Amino acid sequence: MNFSKSFRNTFLVILLSLIVSACATKKTTTKVEGQMQGDVYTGTDTVKYLADGVPDRVFFATNESILTTKSRDTLRKQANWLRANSSINVVVEGHADERGTREYNLALGERRANAAKDYLITYGISADRISVISYGKERPVDSGSNPLSWSKNRRSVTVKAN
Amino acid sequence: MIRIINLFFIIFFLLSAKAYSLIEIDITRGNLDPLPIAVSPLFQDDNSKRNSINELKIENVGSEISLVVENNLKISGLFNPLSKEAFLQKPDIAHLKPRFEDWALIKAQALITGKVTIEDKKLKVEFRLWDILAGREMMALAFTTVPSNWRRVGHIISDKVYERLTGEKGYFDTRIIYVSEEGPKTARVKKLAIMDQDGFNTKYLTLGNELVLTPRFNPTSQMVTYLSYFKNLPRVYLLDIETGTQEVVGDFPGMTFAPRFSPDGKKIIMSFAKDGNSDIYTMDLENRIVERITNHPSIDTSPSYSPDNRFITFNSDRSGFQQIYVMKSDGSNVKRISFGKGLYGTPVWSPRGDLIAFTKLHKGKFYIGVMRTDGSGERLLTENYYQEAPSWSPNGRVLIFYRETKSNDKGEGFSAKLWSIDLTGYNERQVQTETDASDPSWSSLLSN
Repeated sequence: MNFSKSFRNTFLVILLSLIVSACATKKTTTKVEGQMQGDVYTGTDTVKYLADGVPDRVFFATNESILTTKSRDTLRKQANWLRANSSINVVVEGHADERGTREYNLALGERRANAAKDYLITYGISADRISVISYGKERPVDSGSNPLSWSKNRRSVTVKAN
Repeated sequence: MIRIINLFFIIFFLLSAKAYSLIEIDITRGNLDPLPIAVSPLFQDDNSKRNSINELKIENVGSEISLVVENNLKISGLFNPLSKEAFLQKPDIAHLKPRFEDWALIKAQALITGKVTIEDKKLKVEFRLWDILAGREMMALAFTTVPSNWRRVGHIISDKVYERLTGEKGYFDTRIIYVSEEGPKTARVKKLAIMDQDGFNTKYLTLGNELVLTPRFNPTSQMVTYLSYFKNLPRVYLLDIETGTQEVVGDFPGMTFAPRFSPDGKKIIMSFAKDGNSDIYTMDLENRIVERITNHPSIDTSPSYSPDNRFITFNSDRSGFQQIYVMKSDGSNVKRISFGKGLYGTPVWSPRGDLIAFTKLHKGKFYIGVMRTDGSGERLLTENYYQEAPSWSPNGRVLIFYRETKSNDKGEGFSAKLWSIDLTGYNERQVQTETDASDPSWSSLLSN
């Protein structure tokens, strides 16, 4: 009995310490997870708003121009806003991070901007209200050289043109 | 705007070049034992010194020219210029007839001597190259030019010496066009800049009002094609360096970028991006006829012709990732040539035709490398945190590229600099620029 009690106590101590350490690791990872999913930025640090509740930008994975669920949600909000403000035209700016060759990144930025543009068109916005421009890696919004900074820079930003 | 002053040079003495000599340099391998060479100050008499001060504000242009030569030979990595303090013979005497024993004593294997006069606003320079071991003259040349061209005279002497001793053309009388960079990473100001290959005579060709990228010389080095965001429309432009005239050449409804001249100078090859797809096009500069070369839903960019105009190498992600391809110049016979691990970009065909230089990204590191035109024999020359965009020296022996440093979370510690490395993988060195710099392009030899 005594033996099993002390065994149980030890077991509890080990279990508790495991939980504590699990919490500790979880805390550090959630900090990053809160801002990145895979390597797509999901935070709001750099985001501006075209109108109340209408974020101006969406983020991409490395070398990708695929729109995430969250990006599509943002772009639908932009489409709704554009529909409600039919006199406003926009420029979609495509950007890449600094970890690629300059020329390829110009093409990649153009591809990203067009991915966003195409989605807006699907949601009923006329193509002639949307122009695109790629800046490649020339206009980072975050000047750090780390994965989080790079994730903020892989973006397309919808900007009012008039 | 820059005026290229034509340099007239007269060959006084005929080359004694065919004579057998004991010294020669093998530049096909890494040279860890550079040739000891003595570059004697070029002799200048008192009358010329006075004229030199009047014309150039330089007291002894002869000495200055010898310093240009010495520096060129040193940065080539193939020569070891000896300290002038050890020289036993005076410049004027040595130029007439060196005492070979004296120069052999300080371990020189070759000696450059010369004489400079400035009269009637003309700079006359003669020089001789001596083989110390054989005890004979290897070559003798003389040039006449305007005094302000004195640095170019130094570069031409360097080229002649390099050619005589290595058997290959030099690359010293050349220029580098590049993008000068200033300001924080998030608001970088970029200007086109041009300088002599050794970092002197920097001139800025644009004011920095608009973003400019990727300048490249035409074969005669009189024209430059580049990408400008003038009026926020990214387009390929053409700039005449002599007149300063700029014109847009890629004014298509979309973005044109990644321009380069064809080796005959008649066409510009570039990428045209529209609706999320980049393909390769050419424009004939004479009749402005545009031809589509690739037609693929992937990104096709960074095109570069083979020196015989028959093939094009380019960068495409049609396999899913950035790789290097080669095709015939009409766009047929597309073949992937890069198969190593990692991503490949910025292929550039060597002026000798046998190699393609590239940038490679693998496991978070960037490499500059070369491979044969069928993709075999891949050789990585240098590894770093970030570097890309190699450009060949006109003799195909050296690559210049740019390198960026990592910044901290605040963006501090960032820099962009030009670097060069020999094809052998040796002799890596920073190329001096007044500001931060990127996107270098090497000119052809100016005096040929």
